[in-house]
Amino acid sequence: MTTPAYNFAYLDEQTKRMIRRAILKAIAIPGYQVPFASREMPMPYGWGTGGVQVTAAILGPNDRLKVIDQGSDDTTNAISIRKFFAKTAGVATTASTTDATVIQTRHRIPEAPLHAGQVLVYQVPIPEPLRFLEPRETETRRMHALAEYGLMHVKLYEDIARFGHIATSYAYPVKVNARYVMDPSPTPKFDNPKMDNCPALQLFGAGREKRIYAIPPHTKVVSLDFEDHPFTRYRFDAPCALCGAEDAYLDEIVTDDAGSRMFVCSDTDYCEGRQAAGHRGRESAAPHKDRAHG
Amino acid sequence: MYVAVKGGERAIENAHRLLAHERRGDRDVPEVSLDQISGQLGLAVDRVMSEGSLYDRELAALAIKQARGDLIEAIFLVRAFRATLPRLGATEPIDTGAMRVRRRVSSTFKDIPGGQILGPTFDYTHRLLDPQLANGFVPDEPATADTPSAPTPRVTDILGRDGLIEPSPQQEGAPVGDLTREPLSFPADRDLRLQNLARADEGFLLAMGYSTQRGYGRNHPFAGEIRFGEVEVEFFAEDVGFAVPLGAIAVTECQMVNQFKGSVTEAPCFTRGYGLAFGQSERKTMSMALVDRALRARELGEEALAPAQDEEFVMSHSDNVQATGFVEHLKLPHYVDFQSELGLLRKLRTEFAERANDAGPLQEAAE
Repeated sequence: MTTPAYNFAYLDEQTKRMIRRAILKAIAIPGYQVPFASREMPMPYGWGTGGVQVTAAILGPNDRLKVIDQGSDDTTNAISIRKFFAKTAGVATTASTTDATVIQTRHRIPEAPLHAGQVLVYQVPIPEPLRFLEPRETETRRMHALAEYGLMHVKLYEDIARFGHIATSYAYPVKVNARYVMDPSPTPKFDNPKMDNCPALQLFGAGREKRIYAIPPHTKVVSLDFEDHPFTRYRFDAPCALCGAEDAYLDEIVTDDAGSRMFVCSDTDYCEGRQAAGHRGRESAAPHKDRAHG
Repeated sequence: MYVAVKGGERAIENAHRLLAHERRGDRDVPEVSLDQISGQLGLAVDRVMSEGSLYDRELAALAIKQARGDLIEAIFLVRAFRATLPRLGATEPIDTGAMRVRRRVSSTFKDIPGGQILGPTFDYTHRLLDPQLANGFVPDEPATADTPSAPTPRVTDILGRDGLIEPSPQQEGAPVGDLTREPLSFPADRDLRLQNLARADEGFLLAMGYSTQRGYGRNHPFAGEIRFGEVEVEFFAEDVGFAVPLGAIAVTECQMVNQFKGSVTEAPCFTRGYGLAFGQSERKTMSMALVDRALRARELGEEALAPAQDEEFVMSHSDNVQATGFVEHLKLPHYVDFQSELGLLRKLRTEFAERANDAGPLQEAAE
């Protein structure tokens, strides 16, 4: 039995070429879902195989890769994916949003502004924003082709009629370049405005569903809403307990069984950067460097 | 003071180390060998090869061992390995009519040329746990007979001679679709549907096939023939200009014979449902043949109302590697989205309470 040898960044060059073609098409038609021949990856479908294939196709030896899940570099799946590329591509990895050239993410857009030349790769479970309104792919593709998005507006309107608000708090649909309605992946709607006019390239990979889509740099991205019910962001109204940030999305941490909670930045790099710069929150007694890892 | 959770990397390493330990089991008990898995758990190996889409008994046995007997996990391991293999080309179509038959039964004719051959089967065994097998049981040598020289034509070919069954579509030289290399789009042709079904989860196909028998897309099936045995695999080599034999593989083939009313332009005749899998996989191939026939509703002008007749539904949910990945991804952290939902829910509940307070006395009056 022979031990298999793998190519740079795992995928063979033919597969990378196929994926790059899909990416180029996706960039040419912002927000349009390009079908691609997604491969079976050595991690499960639904665990980032789409993002991993996109990253594998664009990664070069000189890239610096950051991988986050829920905004954090230290969640187990982020570690697993980062290790995969460190092993198969030997690229440098980083936790710094600013230093990274490629950032693969699940469920968050980093708080620090992205800059030109960076690529943000999203892991996408269900790429079709209309899927839960119309389960058939043949139907949804037709609806996109005709820009027939009435069904989505009716859904949002029904939310307002029932709840008084649009009852979508994550994977909040956007319109890209005034043409395609797009699923931003399950990021909280807090992150939606960061996609608009972003200087970085945003690529979306859905492995199981075999779709790639993109937002080229400086593209108009609008969250769907109504004139009398404009889009609003949500974040828990408190400063981060560790760094005192008032503008970052917060995780809720249950600290005991008596209902005590604290709120801390979900973006760990942002939070640690602020702490290193001397910002303090209510719960942050010791400077960042002294905190134990373990 | 709260300390951010760190150390995931070490936790992962330790978890995998513990997994390896658990996989080995009691170290005083001899380790199971790949030969033992391949030889004594042969049907598990067959299933992993079929749904893993890779005919390699040794790798399938290794996958089963590595997966601690979890067959879907083993199929996943084989699939991930297969994805990295270069493609040399497609073989010539196998000729199951020329199969070295080890088992062959037809439920449509009492006797057929070449005869009915029971072969190794659970059929007609009484399902009583056999304590003899628990320890060192040596079975009798199998009964033998001379190899029959008569050919064993397929039952559907016999029916086809009189035009009683629709002909199999002949597409000599047509390119073979491959849904592992090209993205699937709907509606899908039958080659891609059959590929999808061949890779599909046995349990899913069983339930889908069963549902057609219970009236959800009934298609009146007869098991025209089920055969299991070895067939030659040949590859047409451009360099030498003829087909080169690569070896033999064991396959099970099931041809269902189904009713068809006929139409204004076509005389009534039987229609086909087809199943094929690596190794001995009768449940799989029979289910596959039922579902294949159900999925042909559109081309046969039948009304497609049942789940088993809906190709988008069947083909999008048949793959157990895809399904298990997405179902199990729910154990990944979702706390960012959950936090967003919590925020919305708290807001809605606050507004609900305010409304209830305002309306309180009125409600009482109404009661």
